[in-house]
Amino acid sequence: MTDSKIDRRTVLKVAGATLGAAAFARAVSPVVAWASELSGEAFLQKHYKELAPDEMRTVLARLEAETKEKYGAEVKIRDVRPTDGVQFGYALNLSTCIGCRRCAEACHVENNHDRRTHNSYIRVLEMQQGSFDLEHGTTTYDHVVPAPGKFYMPVQCQQCDNPPCVHVCPVEATWKEKDGIVVVDYDWCIGCRYCEAACPYHARRFNWDAPEIPAEEINPVQAYLSNRIRPQGVMEKCTFCLHRTREGLLPACLEACPTGARVFGNLLDPNSEIRWVLENKRVFVLKEELGTRPRFFYFFDV
Amino acid sequence: MLTRLPRWLFTLLLIAHVALLSACERAQSDVVDWRATVARQRAADSAEPSSHAAPAAPLHAVTIHEPASLTSIATELRDANDASVGIGCQTCHSLDDIIRGPQTDAADAGGPHAGLVFLHGDNTCASCHDPVDPTRLHLAAGEVVPMSEAMRLCAQCHGPQFRDYTRGSHGGMRGHWDLTRGPRQRNHCIDCHDAHAPAYPHFRPMPPPNDRFPPATPHEAAPAEEHP
Repeated sequence: MTDSKIDRRTVLKVAGATLGAAAFARAVSPVVAWASELSGEAFLQKHYKELAPDEMRTVLARLEAETKEKYGAEVKIRDVRPTDGVQFGYALNLSTCIGCRRCAEACHVENNHDRRTHNSYIRVLEMQQGSFDLEHGTTTYDHVVPAPGKFYMPVQCQQCDNPPCVHVCPVEATWKEKDGIVVVDYDWCIGCRYCEAACPYHARRFNWDAPEIPAEEINPVQAYLSNRIRPQGVMEKCTFCLHRTREGLLPACLEACPTGARVFGNLLDPNSEIRWVLENKRVFVLKEELGTRPRFFYFFDV
Repeated sequence: MLTRLPRWLFTLLLIAHVALLSACERAQSDVVDWRATVARQRAADSAEPSSHAAPAAPLHAVTIHEPASLTSIATELRDANDASVGIGCQTCHSLDDIIRGPQTDAADAGGPHAGLVFLHGDNTCASCHDPVDPTRLHLAAGEVVPMSEAMRLCAQCHGPQFRDYTRGSHGGMRGHWDLTRGPRQRNHCIDCHDAHAPAYPHFRPMPPPNDRFPPATPHEAAPAEEHP
């Protein structure tokens, strides 16, 4: 063996190193593409709870500009905070729900959901009367409602007081607000989908793609924690329409309900409609045995 | 015996006695003050619910929608906005020669009312309409009320529904849950229930979500017949 010859070992080393470098470049290419889309400001943005008021204004202005750039829509994004003395509660009358899915459609429009997947925070389960087996409920029925022998149960985020989705989040990107609403900081979420797996109500959705919405269909009344257009790769969920309800308005799904099956209000107000339902109807919560303590109640007329 | 005590001890005991008495008196007045405070607090607490019921901020109005069908009947005509043109009841019923006297069957009602579908129990026209002036209603006790008070009539038979309605858990609404911040609009009974055929209509739902993964089992076929 002489020094002038390149030996077999060197050839293998160089080939291995080249292949390794190529594989690494391929593996990190999504990160590079992602980083090129992400501005320095967005990358360095703090957690929602740590944003000072002036920083929040900067963030909101940037998000509005980004929406204008990507979707061509003029929107107003606000940071709506909870009100003292208000604890939200929701009740749904299964005797009057006819399964028309207008609540899901109203949610789809109000919360700027992806048009292609026809996403919504509400799934309406068609169930067999006399049974309460969620496993045999179907969400894809497409026939005249109400069908004989069936009842309908819309399921959305139950805003649990002991929320499993919040406990499992590794980065504290989701938490329970003091008025009872569980929210997500879409700019802090890393998209690990632990919360989706933890939720026993299948209430969380993942943005596999950035939502596609025509500019003229975008709801311009938006809030940072609720219906602003979510980026790709983050979780989203029902927020009881906090951009509406924290301003005193009823949620979009309730306004859309043609039968008045939905009741919403302040649990701390003894004269509220929701309190009357809780005190006078036979209410129950879904999967009570899991100890999640939902804020969403179901009842039947007796 | 006291006189045998040293003078200094006697003085000391006297002072202690006086101090103790005054302390007791003060303590007693403290107790009196405390009891008065508690009584005031209790009175304030018991007054609390009424202060909740009538908060300082004036509540916004809850308005009930008044459907046009209360005082008119729809026709086939369409206006410039493609809305149905209605004809007011009084257009015909202010005339003297328009039927006076009880109708017993929907089939009897001719003219603009021909083809009326009646599916509301065993009622007849005069169960609800005033037989003398059919543009007005009469309650079970005989009181004649205008059409605008139709909900009082409905409530006479449908008590539980009316109770739930007044408590906000029957019939849709729009506007504010918080009436201190804005008004609310309620639906009228006949916004959802046709008074002559009150069963809620069956119809096709909004489209389902396009899930990433189609359901494992195909859902059952739609029933053949479509209800009105």
